[in-house]
Order: sequence, then C-alpha cells, then structure tokens
Amino acid sequence: MDIYLPIASLSVNGLVIIGLGLLTGMLSGIFGVGGGFLTTPLLIFYGIPPTVAAASAASQVTGASVSGVLAHGRRGGVDYHMGGVLVVGGVLGTGLGALLFDALQRLGQIDTVINLLYVAMLGSIGGLMAKESITSLRAGADGARPVRARRHHPLVASLPGRWRFYRSGLYISPLAPLLLGMFTGILTMLMGIGGGFVLVPAMLYILGMGAQVVVGTSLFQILFVTMATTMMHALTTHAVDLVLAVLLLIGSVSGAQLGARFASNASPLRLRLVLAAIVLLVAVRMAIGLTWRPDEIFTVAAL
Amino acid sequence: MFALAFTLAGPAMARDRAQNPILVPAVSQPRIEVRQGFTGTQLLLYGAILSPEGARAAKDYDIVIVLEGPARPLSLREKKRVAGVWVNADSTTLRSVPGFYAVVSNRPLAQIVDERTAAIYQLGLTALQLSPSGSIDPAAQEHFAAGLVDLMRRSGLYLQDESAVRVKEQVLYEARIALPSHVPVGTYTAETFAVQRGRVLASATARVEVEKQGFEKAVADFSQHQPVFYGLLAVGVSIAMGWLAGRVFALI
Repeated sequence: MDIYLPIASLSVNGLVIIGLGLLTGMLSGIFGVGGGFLTTPLLIFYGIPPTVAAASAASQVTGASVSGVLAHGRRGGVDYHMGGVLVVGGVLGTGLGALLFDALQRLGQIDTVINLLYVAMLGSIGGLMAKESITSLRAGADGARPVRARRHHPLVASLPGRWRFYRSGLYISPLAPLLLGMFTGILTMLMGIGGGFVLVPAMLYILGMGAQVVVGTSLFQILFVTMATTMMHALTTHAVDLVLAVLLLIGSVSGAQLGARFASNASPLRLRLVLAAIVLLVAVRMAIGLTWRPDEIFTVAAL
Repeated sequence: MFALAFTLAGPAMARDRAQNPILVPAVSQPRIEVRQGFTGTQLLLYGAILSPEGARAAKDYDIVIVLEGPARPLSLREKKRVAGVWVNADSTTLRSVPGFYAVVSNRPLAQIVDERTAAIYQLGLTALQLSPSGSIDPAAQEHFAAGLVDLMRRSGLYLQDESAVRVKEQVLYEARIALPSHVPVGTYTAETFAVQRGRVLASATARVEVEKQGFEKAVADFSQHQPVFYGLLAVGVSIAMGWLAGRVFALI
C-alpha cells in the first residue's frame, strides 16, 4: 500500500507505518512510556527525514496517550493535581529544550548529544529497573515477599513548601514534580520522545508515588507535553506530516487499547522486567552505533 | 553556471554555426504531478538532430543529456572518530547543490569529452559545481564533493548512466531517467548536448515542472502558510483518534 507523504516528500508503505504505530502504541498502553524512543529511530531508519520523524512521532504519542489516559482515568489511575504540576514544568522544559536544540544544531553536534543522552539515560534507567525487578522476582519466588517502604528521595524532602497530592498519597514540595516535568520537557524536545521512560521510574523512586497512579499520571503529562511539542514543531520547523501522523495514529491508538487491556491482566513485576530489557536493548544498540563506523560518514543539512 | 557555459561556448558556436546541427528536444511529461500514490516515475527524454538545412544530420554525434533539479544551499558534515565515538568533525557549506542530477549519454563520458569540456558544461558527477564557500583547499573540497555525490547517488537522487541514450539512424535519440518518489519539487532543466570529436556543437534545453498536486499540495501549503491552524489540526486529529479508539474499544 503505497502512500505519499506530503511533508516528508516521499512515498512509504502505509502498512509498515501502521504496524510501527501498533507496536509503539502497545508499549505505551502496557508501560505508560510514550513509545517515541522507538518510533523516531525506526522512522529515520525507514528513510523519513529526521526532523519530520521527530515532529510527527510527537503527535502519534499524543494520540496513544489520550486513549491511555482515558483508560486509566476510568479506573481512577490519574492524579490530575500532580499531573497539572508536571505539565507546567514540561511545557517550560519544552521551551528550554527548543533553545538548546537550536544551539546544538548550530554546533553540528546535536546527533552525538542525542545519542549520548539516549545511552546514558536508557542504560542507567534500564539497569536500575532490571536490578530492582529481578530482586523482587527472586524474593517473590522464595515466598518472602519484601514490603518495600514507599518513600520519596531525601532530596525531595529538603525542597521548600509542601502540597498534598491525595491520589499519589504524598505531602511534598510542588517544586519536585515541577523540576521533573521540566527535565522531561527538555528531553522531549531534544530526543523526540515523550519522556515516559524517565518519568515513570522517577515518579516511583524519586517522588515515591503510589504505583497505581504512576502510569496514568505519566501518560497525562506526556499527553500535554507532546501537544506542546507538536505545536512548536508546526510553528518552527513546519515538519509535522499529517499523513504520516494519521498512519502512525491508526496503529498506535489501537495498540494503546490492546496494551492497556493486556497490562491489567499481567504481573506488574514481569512487565517491569520486560520494559527494562527493551530499554537496555535500545541503549546497547545506541552505544554500539556510537562506536562502530556509521553507515553514512557524510550528512547533509539544509541551510 | 549555465550562463557561464554559454558565454564560453558562444564564440566557437558562432564561428561554426553554418555547419552546426540543430537539436529539437522534448520530454514525455513536461509536468510531473506528485499526488497520492506517487511512487516515482520514468521520464522519457527524446528529440531529433537535424542539419542546418533541416535534413538528416548524416553524421555521428554523441548525445549527452543532463537533467538537473532545483539547487539549494547545504551544509555537509563529515563524521570522524574522536575518543572512540563517531562525532561530526569537519563541515563545509555548499551554496548550490542540485536536489536532483542525472547525466546520461550514449557511451562513456570520458570517451566523449575531455576533462576540461566536462568541467565547463558540468557533464558527469565528478564535474558537478557545488560552489563551496569558505575554505578553498581543493583537496578538502574534492573530498567533500565526492562524499556528497556518493550519498546522493545511493539515495537515487544523483545518477550517471553511460548507456542510457540510444541514437537511431543518426536522427532520433531517446533516454529514460527514473525519478524516485522522494524527488524534490521545483523546476527541472533537461539540457541536451550534441558532441562531436570532443566539442559541444549544439545544446538545447527543455523544462520539466515537478509539483505537488491536489491533497498533497493542499497539505504542504497549509503547513507553510497557516502553521498555527495546521498545528492545532494535527493536535486535534491526534486527540480525536485517541478518543475514538477509546470509545470503540470500550464497546468491544
């Protein structure tokens, strides 16, 4: 099924793109990560210009998040109060990220920075999650399931001012989620990702949020931050390809629903281990990509 | 660059005008419409070589056709290994890089023209003028030009086919050039050269317009001229589709 993309200016096999959307949508529904960390590199690998890939992947993540947020919201799995603070931080971060992106692009080092960020972030988070879930799985098998004391990081407690976040079961400074939101906003703009894979572990281990609201709230933040990213790309790079986005959306919104359904029937520990494995795999692939001789020594950029 | 080529060739052409052949070029599609389902196309370039009297030329001419797309400035970067990691190291700015460049001929270009003539008329991938700015180190520029040509050639946007032109009965010639689906839009020039004993005796140009049409054009224009509404539309479509999927799956 050949479909011509008007902004990317090339024709693609529509079914491949829909399949790609389905895959990342399922990840989104199961784990609450946007899936952008897979979509963007795969689209580029398929031959879509990088800017178009990043800009259009953002709107795909928006679509997948909507159905995810609705699904989790129905089950009371979204802390809107916490989500609101994260969104404000995220939108601020998107603006900062755009400035940073521009500066790095002028230096010609944006690719290297993005790849190094991917390796560092994915490697450390994937490693952390894998270690944690393997430990708990072992403990579970022994029959002595340890009750992890849910507690936020000491640094969070030292921040001034405290708000009550009822659904998360927290009484902490709003600065903590604001800074976290900002950080993921910067990553969204730089790496073309939703930031969910950073947000979910950070909410669990740094903020100490209740596991039942983590995925829904993370999707809620991603929803708004990717909307801001799409708008920013539409205004500055003009690289949002509506046809590409719709193809990705067809796959990802269905995938997100299937994923959410699957997630409610599966063991969360095993899910976390699988996510850790995927994240580590992408990190290793990126690390190899940095040190191996690249396929293209020369790259062009329009002036 | 074409203007320069003509001024250089002008006196020689005037001197021999009496014996020079006349080229009558044509293209199968003067307008290529890029619309839904466009997967690239084959462009047929053909024409006739006539003597000044309008009769059959009765001589063997070599035919070289250059199809060139709209030029744009580019920055080209080269990756080098620094501390075990591949990073962008050197870069150069090229002020006029054709978005598409195809050169076809009836036999190897090296046998048709010498290097100097090839450079004047920009015949061949190695003779392409990319107008580098900044550093003028010829070795470095050659290195970058070779890198760019290689990159473009593998993406199907640059090609050189030394057997694509067929000349029939010393009068008619024809060549087919494949345009991939990702050809840039704009005005293309197809310049045909009649060459004999290494000298360009006649040249003629035909134009080809590659343009987006219908829905594709509407989307491209919309994104450029109404970015705010286009962005809102993209966001709206994303939300609507996500919501719709939620409703549909809730029913199942």
